[in-house]
Amino acid sequence: MSQPFRGASGGRIERARQLSFTFDGRRYQGHAGDTLASALMANGVRIIARSQKYHRPRGILSAGAEEPNAVVQLGTGAGAEPNVRATEIELRDGLVAGSVNAWPSAAYDVGAVAGLLSPLLVAGFYYKTFMAPGGFWQSVYEPLIRRMAGLGRAPSGPDPDIYDHMHAHVDVLVAGGGPAGLAAAGAAARTGARVMLADEQTELGGSLLGGPRLIAGQPAPDWVAAMAGELAGCAEARILTRATVFGYYDHNWLGVLERRADRLGPSGTPGRSRERLWHVRAKQVVLATGAHERPLIFPGNDRPGVMLAGAAATYAHRYGVLAGRRAVIATNNDSAYGAALDLAAAGIQVLAIVDARWEAALKAHDTIQALGIERFAGAVIQGALGRRSVRGVRIVKLDGRGDAKEIACDLVLMSGGWSPAIHLFSQSGGRPAFDPGLGAFVPGVSHQAERSAGAAGGTMTLAGALGEGYAAGAKAAADAGFGDGRAPEAPHVDAEAGLGVAPLWPVPEPAGGSGQRGKAFVDFQADVTDADVRLAAREGFEAIEHMKRYTAAGLGTDQGKTGNVNAIALLSAALAKPIAAIGTTTFRPPYTPVAYGAMAGRNVGALLDPARVTPIHDWHASEGAVFEDVGQWKRPWYFPQGHEDMAGAVRRECLAVRNAVGVLDASTLGKIDIQGPDAGRFLDRVYTNLFSNLSLGRCRYGLMLKEDGMVMDDGVTTRLGPDHFLMTTTTGNAARVLDWLEEWLQTEWPELEVYCTSVTEQWATITIAGPKARDLLHDLAPDLALGKADFPFLAMREATVAGVPARVFRVSFTGEMSYEINVPASHGRGVWESVMAAGAAHGIAPFGTETMHVLRAEKGFIVVGHETDGTVTPLDLGMDWIVSKRKDFIGRRSLARADIIRPDRKQLVGLLPLDGQAVLPEGAQLVLEPRRAPPVPMIGHVTSSYWSATLGRGFALALVAGGRTRAGTVVYAPLESGIVAATITLPGFYDPDGHRLHD
Amino acid sequence: MLLIACPWCGPRDETEFRCGGEAHIARPKDPDALDDAAWADYLFMRRNPKGRHRERWVHAAGCRRWFNVERDTVSHVITAVYPMGKPPPGEGG
Amino acid sequence: MTWPRLWRDPEPKPAYDAVIVGGGGHGLATAYYLAKEHGITNVAVLEKGWLGGGNTARNTTVIRSNYLWDESAAIYEFSLKLWEGLSRDLNFNVMLSQRGVLNLAHNLHDRREAIRRVHANRLNGIDAEWLDPTAVRAFCPILNIDAGARYPVLGATLQRRGGVARHDAVAWGYARAADARGVDLIQNCAVTGLRRNGGRIAGVETSRGFIKAGKVGIVAAGHNSVLAAMAGIRLPIESHPLQALVSEPIKPVLDCVVMSNAVHVYVSQSDKGELVMGAGIDGFNSYAQRGSFPVIEAQMGAVIALFPIFSRLRMMRSWGGIVDVCPDASPIIGKLPVDGLYLNGGWGTGGFKATPGSGFVFAHTIANDAPHPLAAPFSLERFTTGALIDEHGAAAVAH
Repeated sequence: MSQPFRGASGGRIERARQLSFTFDGRRYQGHAGDTLASALMANGVRIIARSQKYHRPRGILSAGAEEPNAVVQLGTGAGAEPNVRATEIELRDGLVAGSVNAWPSAAYDVGAVAGLLSPLLVAGFYYKTFMAPGGFWQSVYEPLIRRMAGLGRAPSGPDPDIYDHMHAHVDVLVAGGGPAGLAAAGAAARTGARVMLADEQTELGGSLLGGPRLIAGQPAPDWVAAMAGELAGCAEARILTRATVFGYYDHNWLGVLERRADRLGPSGTPGRSRERLWHVRAKQVVLATGAHERPLIFPGNDRPGVMLAGAAATYAHRYGVLAGRRAVIATNNDSAYGAALDLAAAGIQVLAIVDARWEAALKAHDTIQALGIERFAGAVIQGALGRRSVRGVRIVKLDGRGDAKEIACDLVLMSGGWSPAIHLFSQSGGRPAFDPGLGAFVPGVSHQAERSAGAAGGTMTLAGALGEGYAAGAKAAADAGFGDGRAPEAPHVDAEAGLGVAPLWPVPEPAGGSGQRGKAFVDFQADVTDADVRLAAREGFEAIEHMKRYTAAGLGTDQGKTGNVNAIALLSAALAKPIAAIGTTTFRPPYTPVAYGAMAGRNVGALLDPARVTPIHDWHASEGAVFEDVGQWKRPWYFPQGHEDMAGAVRRECLAVRNAVGVLDASTLGKIDIQGPDAGRFLDRVYTNLFSNLSLGRCRYGLMLKEDGMVMDDGVTTRLGPDHFLMTTTTGNAARVLDWLEEWLQTEWPELEVYCTSVTEQWATITIAGPKARDLLHDLAPDLALGKADFPFLAMREATVAGVPARVFRVSFTGEMSYEINVPASHGRGVWESVMAAGAAHGIAPFGTETMHVLRAEKGFIVVGHETDGTVTPLDLGMDWIVSKRKDFIGRRSLARADIIRPDRKQLVGLLPLDGQAVLPEGAQLVLEPRRAPPVPMIGHVTSSYWSATLGRGFALALVAGGRTRAGTVVYAPLESGIVAATITLPGFYDPDGHRLHD
Repeated sequence: MLLIACPWCGPRDETEFRCGGEAHIARPKDPDALDDAAWADYLFMRRNPKGRHRERWVHAAGCRRWFNVERDTVSHVITAVYPMGKPPPGEGG
Repeated sequence: MTWPRLWRDPEPKPAYDAVIVGGGGHGLATAYYLAKEHGITNVAVLEKGWLGGGNTARNTTVIRSNYLWDESAAIYEFSLKLWEGLSRDLNFNVMLSQRGVLNLAHNLHDRREAIRRVHANRLNGIDAEWLDPTAVRAFCPILNIDAGARYPVLGATLQRRGGVARHDAVAWGYARAADARGVDLIQNCAVTGLRRNGGRIAGVETSRGFIKAGKVGIVAAGHNSVLAAMAGIRLPIESHPLQALVSEPIKPVLDCVVMSNAVHVYVSQSDKGELVMGAGIDGFNSYAQRGSFPVIEAQMGAVIALFPIFSRLRMMRSWGGIVDVCPDASPIIGKLPVDGLYLNGGWGTGGFKATPGSGFVFAHTIANDAPHPLAAPFSLERFTTGALIDEHGAAAVAH
């Protein structure tokens, strides 16, 4: 028989569809509807993983999202996924899985020798050791520890899959599709409210899929199907399966991760997103997330074959898989009795129930007697026997009477009570409350618009879950404005008793025990034992957060879903303080892990921060331009010709501009259209200099400060009409400047009537510069008068250029005669080509940002972001001439502060290396004593530095403390390659009187 | 993620907005009348309260209008949204 | 191997020579150095929750000293030197791991500023290297340095002495060492008021009664404004949520710290195998230790662009801290305008790395009622005079 632990019948699997898969290199068979865990269990595979610290063999503990042990590597190569819970993996044909943290396989793991070191590896072992001598921690011990790190392996390459995001606004979001959630969704949907029901499983039903319950006299799955059908028929209801509500954030915003493609194969379906992350804003939320069964803490409770009782029932009912053949059940509550009957009916021989309590619900008691199941009352499992798999248990009476009894078995089931899944409640900001009757934390007072129903709220009976579900759904809908809030009548279910939990935390050591009783685990994945918790308490880690951090309990991939309450209880016992006084650690999102790719969604690759390009971009690209990123823009950096390197290209471009004409695509400059009767007055306040007196059709350079007096941006603003200006900004700051203007207008000066509109994208800006610029413009715009008096420097003319209506600004950043031709963006490419065609006769060359920077630096013009860094004032830049003394403006008062007027502030200067061939690196620091040992006092740094083809030498701009008084001083830049000496000059190396601009 | 009721556009996700910090800090009418300490107070000093806070937001990816919000900095609950230039709820005006 | 209790759980005494408000790393370090360097042992550290439970427990543990400005470089480098001897000084392994910190440059502006910082660091005696893209790739092979990438890697600065440490261990180590020197560490003790006697501090009102104190040092990251307000003082500080997250543990793939200020990515891999990552700051003021999910989402595209193999890895846990941010992204260490009242705060997103140095200079400042030379530039007065230490540009948001 290929699947020796598969029952002959039963389960919700498709027995006719056989699937083949491999685990740790071995091939197995399973069925459609299986999880990897159920299929491995059917095949009798017991060891699925090795524990993180001790490499102990571990099997399957649970049947769901709470699984701490059965964590596997799924797939291979770029599509691999580490650390997936076998209990959540839908089996598909060809699935490849392997163990993590084990080599060569989980069954035979070389790393298991780590277990021999276990005396060293107690809580806090890192901190107490490895300090001495001589850095052995980092050279020897840490590398060893790092080798042991981690579970699975990262994929080998870029993700082959895509992810997407969806946004939903709902009246009622129901988290969990078990009995309470289905009832809630149904009740809410009947009111016409917009309802979303999200459940992490492949099908709705939750706990109902794992047991034999009847609802209204019918098998529970029939009721589930009827409810699902009803919801599917509601136009405003949306059901998401394979969808986990993973995070509960402010203002009832929740994240839901829907897994859409993994079941289809390693690369899914092309074009279909692998996972979809839903952003859900809900008016009301119903949390019907169920509960997790707790393990019992006894030595060997981690051995493969020791698992949760409810999980074994789920494997039997849902998957038709027997978790073992001969079982002993250990419990502290009544739920295990039901599980015992279930499992007996499914074909597992239940040998005994070991009940820590003396009493149990009478009915269950009678039934198990009838089945011949031995009941040990007031008894506990003192230890599980076996190493690689459990082979028996030792049972002792809690009162110490009688001899211990050993029973041989291959399955040990634990039921330590149930912990409501209050994760989302806690994330919402609510504080959990301890319910002593349940021995667990339950939701306390709501912090947001949510309510819990069913087991999530601590109600452990089916009748209670249904009743609460219907009521919660109806009330949630009513609070969202739908229906009258009256709950539909719940269908009949058989009465059942409560759990009758008698909390039993650590199984006590027997009187006179040796102390060598073996490890009893609290947190399986992190390998935290009850002894670790007690040790932490003894060492003073009494706060629950301290204990968690010191022992690592609850820090594994399961985030302590099964172990946390036990750990809290152990700490409570160790400190002799009530559990309620210990409290819980804070539940953090996500409930279960979320892939980075899913969080990124479509905002990856080309759609991540899309690059902005000008209307002329394709021309630049086809001419082989090298681009640089400026803000979000792609700008041509330089245009190499043939085999030219950057230096050669820039040299050629510079000379073309200085001697003939060059053309620059300046479309990326920010352009803000400013209109309104108060526009001039407004500009007076945002610029350091005056604009209200600017003549029509004239342009003026302006400097903008932050209120702290530091330079923020600069640019040329032109008066287009009495109440109409066009402001230009730097490429990178365009959006920021618009924000800035709007903020001041709306928040501080609402009395000013001014309207600001970004027109950056509406205009293409083609700058021609050079002694031939005027001739070239004449060729393109023969009707435009270009004489010195007709079209002076710093003027604007409207004209037809290359057949297109244009605004032409006579401004210059290069120091040459220069015109900025602005045409509607859609004409940008055409006009550019006309410029190039007409320019050929004048020796035109396109130039990029590097040449622009060289040329402006030769002039001593600043670039915001080169010569400024948020700490530089206009006075530092020697730009007092642009700072009005006659009016207030943003930042002015700050310029008068004590440290801003100090004469030794860094000031803008020029630098000429003594070796004319040398070009200082930008960012080089300047010192007076280059041969001193560090720390060497620095007096400044190089802000811009280039080779000047025009000057035939290297030159630089720099900010130097008290620099303007140091002209002629030699300073030094100590570089890795040696010390470069340079003389301080005033900035401005080319045409200092500006003849070429005004000509 | 906060849900902010823009006075012009209605309730929208926080991602459409930008927070502009503490509200009701008026720019001094005559900065020259202030000594450096008073100017620093205007420039830099903030209440940064734990609990009820009045702050400015702008619907940056929407109508681009600024407005005031009263919000609790612990619970993040928004208790009022009111126009620029208006006093906070319950404080004259 | 077991230890006796790491620290006592004393009842507060009626009076102390000095009271430190805030039992995080900085506060505990302050108490330790008060005792060790200045012989002031009649000291209480008051913590409203559990020791090290604030930002000490919530940061991404990056340690480096490669700051631009002399003032910053001096204090962070002093701190790094203390880190290098800390495990032995405290007899507690703080798991300092100097695996190197890369700061990526993605455009010419980044590159220029990065090189500026490398030059400044070297002249300040701080190890700093500039790596070209090929060298970056060699140092961190999983990084995507494709020139056509949206955020191409044009190079990176490397501080080899930078790295990470175990954040909790720093708090515990200082706590144990301070306790051993007689400092009372008092948990679950919230300060509710500051009592003044004229222009001088008299003591603190707490949830456990009034405690008289000759000197009071406020080191309560996140809540410094609240405490200063108890003395009627406003600060240039705003409290914001800062989120961080870890992935599920995987086998080692990342052996250094990688930071990219431009895209708000800073990531390292812990000794347990988790990728530890910080997110950007939420834009609004908050004391909730909770941020918005889209802030995390917003950086994931950039993370995946830089590290393509991370896409299928999964966020296991995320959390938030409260960072108190100054306008110039530099801290305030010094005297407040009440005699005997001192502040150490405003570290923003970068306080963890400064823990030892911060505690050391703050202890000096309290003991001498005058700023330590390394602390002097970080006075509150700089906001009046304009001598700000603007670390936004070159040190940037991501620490």
